[in-house]
Amino acid sequence: MALGLALIYGVLHIINFAHGSILMLALYAGFFLFTLAGVDPYAAIPILAAVFFAGGYVLQRYVIAPISFGRDTNVLLVTLGLSIIIDNLALYLWTSNTRTIDVRYAQVFVDVGVTAVALPKLVALGAAVLIGVLFWLLMTRTDAGKAIRAVSKERQGARIVGISVEHVFALSFGLGCAVVAIAACLLLPTFYVTPQVGNAFVLIAFTTVVLGGMGSFMGALLGGLLLGVVEAYSGLLLGESLGQIGIFLIFILVLLFRPTGLFGQRA
Amino acid sequence: MLLFVFFLVLPLFIGSRFWLGFWTTTLFFALLGQSWNILGGYGGQVSFGHAVFFGTGAYVSAVLQVRFGLDAWTSAALAVAAGALVGAFVGALSFRYGLRGSYFALVTLAFAEVFRVLVNAWDFTGSGFGMLVPMKPGAANLQFADRTWFYYMIFVLAVLAYAITWRVERSRFGAYLLAIRENEDAARALGIDAFRIKLAAITLSGAMAAVAGVFYIQYYLFVDSHLGYGPAMSVNALLAPLIGGAGTVLGPLIGAVALGALAELTSLLLGKEPGVNLLAFGVLLLVILRFLPNGLMGLLKRAQRGSS
Amino acid sequence: MAVLEARGIVRRFGGLLAVSDASLEAQPGRITALIGPNGAGKTTLFAIVAGFLKPDGGSVRFDGRETTGMAPHRICRLGLVRTFQIVQPFGALSVRENIAVGAHLHERRRARALEEAEGIARQVGMEAQLDRPAEGLTIAGRKRLELARALATRPKLLLLDEVMAGLTPTEVGEIVAVIKRIRDSGVTILLIEHAMQAVMSLSDDIYVLNQGRIIAHGAPRDIASNPQVVEAYLGSRAVHA
Repeated sequence: MALGLALIYGVLHIINFAHGSILMLALYAGFFLFTLAGVDPYAAIPILAAVFFAGGYVLQRYVIAPISFGRDTNVLLVTLGLSIIIDNLALYLWTSNTRTIDVRYAQVFVDVGVTAVALPKLVALGAAVLIGVLFWLLMTRTDAGKAIRAVSKERQGARIVGISVEHVFALSFGLGCAVVAIAACLLLPTFYVTPQVGNAFVLIAFTTVVLGGMGSFMGALLGGLLLGVVEAYSGLLLGESLGQIGIFLIFILVLLFRPTGLFGQRA
Repeated sequence: MLLFVFFLVLPLFIGSRFWLGFWTTTLFFALLGQSWNILGGYGGQVSFGHAVFFGTGAYVSAVLQVRFGLDAWTSAALAVAAGALVGAFVGALSFRYGLRGSYFALVTLAFAEVFRVLVNAWDFTGSGFGMLVPMKPGAANLQFADRTWFYYMIFVLAVLAYAITWRVERSRFGAYLLAIRENEDAARALGIDAFRIKLAAITLSGAMAAVAGVFYIQYYLFVDSHLGYGPAMSVNALLAPLIGGAGTVLGPLIGAVALGALAELTSLLLGKEPGVNLLAFGVLLLVILRFLPNGLMGLLKRAQRGSS
Repeated sequence: MAVLEARGIVRRFGGLLAVSDASLEAQPGRITALIGPNGAGKTTLFAIVAGFLKPDGGSVRFDGRETTGMAPHRICRLGLVRTFQIVQPFGALSVRENIAVGAHLHERRRARALEEAEGIARQVGMEAQLDRPAEGLTIAGRKRLELARALATRPKLLLLDEVMAGLTPTEVGEIVAVIKRIRDSGVTILLIEHAMQAVMSLSDDIYVLNQGRIIAHGAPRDIASNPQVVEAYLGSRAVHA
């Protein structure tokens, strides 16, 4: 089950490479899940994706970028500040009561040979792969995609060639938020929703990126997959509560010994 | 100097328990913030997981008292040593492998999380229930029936920490730390062993944070995995210095006071809903980052320069 | 005995051979220059000598000691200090504090280090800016600061990487005078430079590096008239023109 989750997050982080820096995207997902009251999650996908894309674009261009002056740790601090604000706003507005939604198909299980998997999770898995493929196409075939890659590799050079760096950053951030929104919709059938939900995902998300390597979508995808497996195994070996450690330890180990991840470019 | 006297005589003027608690907590955050400041403000190594040191201080102290029956003072001393050790451990690993900037920040968070999950899973450390230190008021147990003594306890600890920071700022160690923060490569080219200096900084920082942890457990007599190692305390550790002025001696204190005041203000205006004060903190953080990157101290310095 | 001996240095970056079998010596009390077209590998060689990069082959001996692969701060403690092509000031610190960091190499006490910094600033002509923040200096000021900071470590050998780049002719003249004074005080200097006239007038000894190889070595006169050198800089047509 963590497989689906981790995969989703793997895809999520494909976009961050335009910055090279890491954002607390996962947090937003948790929050915005609340707004789904009433709308079927899968149907909500396109709506939310669009909304989040726009929101993310604006956020990056007009809030994050001006405040961070471009420095890495500053960006992290700014996003920390943002996440504090959003977390607590949600807490204030919606209280910390857990909410879930009840959808018919959440109870449908599909036999996958080894074990039975809940349908929504399978859908999530499929969707993650689909998104991964879409992104790959986006990055390599479209102009926007090429611009993003150019900026991530060589900021100054891209500027000289006429690419608006701020625009590209904002675009990628927006895309990232859109993917998060999609992921949120995919997760909704099987997840509890509380303001704290985002926190749990943050490090997992970062770990996926770092493991797969910054700047590589294949890496992020594979990283997600690997992490899912790791989490499942460590959960089995060490018991549910200790299982989470597996992920954090991987994070630490990867950062220490292979900062470029499995497929990443040199940091 | 003035501040020293101010805080020294403060309790004499305070009537209510409320304000005593307020100032005690403020000084506590001032201490925790200063520990972060040494590593993050002066050394430039931003840490997102300072709770790992704080929690160690609180937990070790609690465990030693509850499970091993050691007296409070010895436990405290050992807890501080443990904090230093964890600092050295995290530092040795991170700096040895050249982790800088955002990577370092995240790794500290990862370490804090690892510790959090560990103490939460282990019965020895109270697992999900946390550690409760039995209430036995008396100086020998570092617990005081009269809360005023707690105030003086944190006051003394804070003064010590600030004195140390003040001395560091004026020493070669401090100069080297600043050099590393500004430009690590240039520093190395000038003969500075960046690894050793950073390691020393994080060890000192860890010890100081552990002191805060020790105070916490003696004051509240309870800690659990979220309180000790959770992100909340890590965020608290960095808020005060960033808002007050990282890399200055008084920054964390000013920040702590500002945050405390802001918290009271928001609860007055917006009620005591959970999370409201943190919301305000987040906004303040963004405002400071945008307009006053040197914190409130930066504002004060500019005012000084303007008037002279 | 030469203060610095680099023998057979080789360094690759991926498939690119940046430095290939380069050898040079810096004689005590003299100014040795390392010149060559852009991308020839000069800064790489500097980085290797100063310990910031490890060579793939060859050895470096400083002051009689084998220093190949030693950490930069240890090499600095032995008396070799470098400046950077792209200046690296300690931005938020004042000029005085910047120089003091260098002085601290052999002076523990803060007050004395700050005093020394003042003296050094005077030596390079920066007393007027002692209390200014480093990030507020002009390029010329920063270069001078970099020089002062390195000087404060009391080096035996000073590696100057394009310290004149971006300076106006007047500023170049000023720096040349400073460098000569430093040499006269007994410090050996090895510099990378593009400003040809300055190099010719300043150096006692010149090495020419092209595409990672030392293609010429000698006194300024000989280098100036060496056809291989001219070719390296201007292309073969210039020689036969």
